[in-house]
Amino acid sequence: MSYESVLRGQRYRFDTLARLLAAASPERSGDRLAGLAADSERERVAARWALAEVPLADFLTEPLIPYETDDVTRLILDTHDPAAFAPVAGLTVGGFREWLLSEQAHAVSLAALSPGLTPEMVAAVSKLMGNADLVAVARKVRVVTAFRSTIGLPGRLATRLQPNHPTDDPAGVAAALLDGLLLGSGDAVIGINPATDSPRAVRDLLELLDGVIRRYAIPTQSCVLCHVTTSVDLMERGAPVDLVFQSIAGTQAANASFGVTLGLLDEAYEAASKLERGTVGRNVMYFETGQGSALSADAHHGVDQQTVEARAYAVARRYDPLLVNTVVGFIGPEYLYDGRQILRAALEDHFCGKLLGLPMGLDICYTNHADADDDDIATMLTMLGVAGASFVICTPGGDDIMLNYQSASYHDALYLREVLGLRPAPEFEAWLASIGLLDERGAIREVGAHPLTEIGRELAA
Amino acid sequence: MSEVTLQTSELWAALRHRTQARIGLGRAGSALPTRHRLELQAAHAAARDAVHSPFEPGAVAAGLAGMPTVRVRSAAPDRTTYLQRPDLGRRLDRTDRAHLPVGEWDVVFVIADGLSSRAVHAHAAAVVHETAARLDSWHIAPVVLAEQARVALGDDVAHAMGATTVVVLIGERPGMSAADSLGAYLTYRPVPGVTTDAGRNCLSNIRPPLGLSYEGAAEKLAGLMERARRSGVTGVGLKDESGCGEVTEA
Repeated sequence: MSYESVLRGQRYRFDTLARLLAAASPERSGDRLAGLAADSERERVAARWALAEVPLADFLTEPLIPYETDDVTRLILDTHDPAAFAPVAGLTVGGFREWLLSEQAHAVSLAALSPGLTPEMVAAVSKLMGNADLVAVARKVRVVTAFRSTIGLPGRLATRLQPNHPTDDPAGVAAALLDGLLLGSGDAVIGINPATDSPRAVRDLLELLDGVIRRYAIPTQSCVLCHVTTSVDLMERGAPVDLVFQSIAGTQAANASFGVTLGLLDEAYEAASKLERGTVGRNVMYFETGQGSALSADAHHGVDQQTVEARAYAVARRYDPLLVNTVVGFIGPEYLYDGRQILRAALEDHFCGKLLGLPMGLDICYTNHADADDDDIATMLTMLGVAGASFVICTPGGDDIMLNYQSASYHDALYLREVLGLRPAPEFEAWLASIGLLDERGAIREVGAHPLTEIGRELAA
Repeated sequence: MSEVTLQTSELWAALRHRTQARIGLGRAGSALPTRHRLELQAAHAAARDAVHSPFEPGAVAAGLAGMPTVRVRSAAPDRTTYLQRPDLGRRLDRTDRAHLPVGEWDVVFVIADGLSSRAVHAHAAAVVHETAARLDSWHIAPVVLAEQARVALGDDVAHAMGATTVVVLIGERPGMSAADSLGAYLTYRPVPGVTTDAGRNCLSNIRPPLGLSYEGAAEKLAGLMERARRSGVTGVGLKDESGCGEVTEA
């Protein structure tokens, strides 16, 4: 089926729904690299006019990637809930935008609608929305998950404490861990990207984190971000795995490039659920995504970068994850060129993930060869804080010495909590108070010597 | 107060020996103290400059003292295009390809700016010298100096010149704590457009005195080259027994 529009007397034609979505997407280097971007600004706007007229129901009958060849397409269509879809079933994409912005769309109606939405529908409507629209709608959506802390409650912002070290040195990791805890970070997860995927190294880190969490009775969870098969193997051997991590993408072929299948994820989910290590909840999975991964794996099937990213969220929601974050600026300027493109992608990913029912957080970040700086981090943080992001990733001083990229810092999270009046996860907040790290206003106290510094003293010895 | 502060600063000093992470920075309200904010900006500026500072093939050629050189460009005309179009950075400019000398070369060294010409200016000539000195029986082609180049440009170069083996020395993606890190990628009988990163061996972080030394890099590289010549393979089929880093997107 083809799509057409006339803009100021000129007729534009788009041969397929995938082509229309790609042409309607805001400018980004990855779509240009893939040869999918609109040829001109006029063509982009013409595509949006045409897209606004497309009935939402068309996305159920015109899969962008064939049902027969892609298990993500099958997952999306097989799990679609027509009853949940009913309230918007008669709308076009343009009408859906207006419905989302209206008073009819609120926390309760949006939660009920979520199983009726597909990634393609939310990606499509996002292309008609401005940055402020993406904030306004995402802010209305509530997704609450829990393990040892509760994530996503109104007025709360959690953080991932990321104490990476280039050689996984335990004292180096512990030093960064201590720094983060003293700055009130770590309620979403204490999560390490290990330098190697060797089961021995991963297990050592898991035991280090588990030891600290138990000893100081911290109401949080740990995660060492290894491959899902390594986690399955370690769980079988009795390692202290709280959350199972995996990077996922929006097509079967892109997932294959990560070495994962839905079957493998099912297996890991079952195994982690059986461990019952959570105290206040049972969400056991942690997923990372990011625009560009399908293109990078040459597995995008002619679908634009953002729409393919939204399809990854269909994979994530199958497993009721505790945490999902887009690693938005990590992959490099060939996919998102500068701060402006990274900000737009961050708002799109957060919006799409939340509408699909996910506890969306972000790694607000950039690499040094992208055209971005710490002011872009501040802008993104502020907008995503207003949009109600569940959590953000924080590193010491915003400089990750293992992955060589720039992210938000623990200080940045303090800033965001302060200016927006946000508080940590309730269990973690109570813990911070119990060990004397909160002042009378509920803010993180600047401390000198503190009992927690024993973590550092022992490992530095 | 002073006793507590002293103990704490001693603790952070001890901990900073265990990691380069920016820990124990202190606070100004919720934000960083001025000194640390400016230090971060200085590190970022160094990394950005490394990405955008122009490649100076003349300076590298002078450092190669006597070795013949050829200059080429990739199909990416400028830095902005280079950063957005990795496909163009992997292909030779058509005119430049025609100027490459064809011969029965055993190896061609390609010095490529990559994402940090700073790394290339600082380290590449020395690595070529040290490595060539260990390759007695090898017929070494003129050194190719390549601008706006990615790793796979070396495949195109080797193919055009008739070289059996290609060694690409390239500036790595700069981090804030290392803006001048050089990578070396070794490929045996590359085929442009067919050879993938799985077919390469890599040495990363050549950056004395903090990273790998020139002698250390040359020793490993020459050893791998001899073994590649005997076995006819590079990449996942040729394990670097000394424990090489992963091939990175470059």
